[in-house]
Amino acid sequence: MSPRAAWRLEGLGFERVYDYVPGKADWSASGLPTEGTLARVPTIGDAARQDAPTCALEEKISDARDRVRAAGWDACVVVNKERVVLGLLREKELASDAKATAEEVMRNGPATFRPDEPLEKMAKRMRERGAHTVLVTTSDGRLVGLVYREDAKHLAGVPT
Amino acid sequence: MPHSIARAEVQRLLEQGAQLVEVLPRWEYEEEHLPGAINIPLKELDRETTAQLKRDAPVIVYCHDYQ
Repeated sequence: MSPRAAWRLEGLGFERVYDYVPGKADWSASGLPTEGTLARVPTIGDAARQDAPTCALEEKISDARDRVRAAGWDACVVVNKERVVLGLLREKELASDAKATAEEVMRNGPATFRPDEPLEKMAKRMRERGAHTVLVTTSDGRLVGLVYREDAKHLAGVPT
Repeated sequence: MPHSIARAEVQRLLEQGAQLVEVLPRWEYEEEHLPGAINIPLKELDRETTAQLKRDAPVIVYCHDYQ
């Protein structure tokens, strides 16, 4: 639809016309703010803890574990230099071989969700599946943060 | 020829005063739109409805996704 609109505008004499082809879906999925009646619905992007600890593939588990635990966390997201999510270290992996690298023990390709997912729906889903946390990324895979079930439940007003 | 752009370029152009136009139907715009966007549905895009747009500033159009 937008390509036709862009061509139409040029036909009407506008000289600097740009087409944001990925559109509203891409904008919302990146966690950027929107306006309108649905924009007021809490999303998982609102609940994501953006200061979640991260580590690189080559980081030693012992180093990651010390850093993560000292900061009071129980998980660490493995990312590359572009903050694209590659894996996840939960308690089990953080407690594994201290000499191993994150790459060797991480959960590969963990499930991720976009920031514009409605929070209430996600809170119910996490409860039903017994999920402790979910990873939130932009549509191009960059880390937004970690959503904890307790946070989701509290912010969405969903009963235990 | 119109230029296809990605999100980062949209943000850069907006900082320079670009105008955002959502071309989806009005009900979709009212549900959710990009901050500051105006709505001119594709079916209504003509000389009259575009008279509100400044001709000396970039115009960025968008819809939902690759439609």
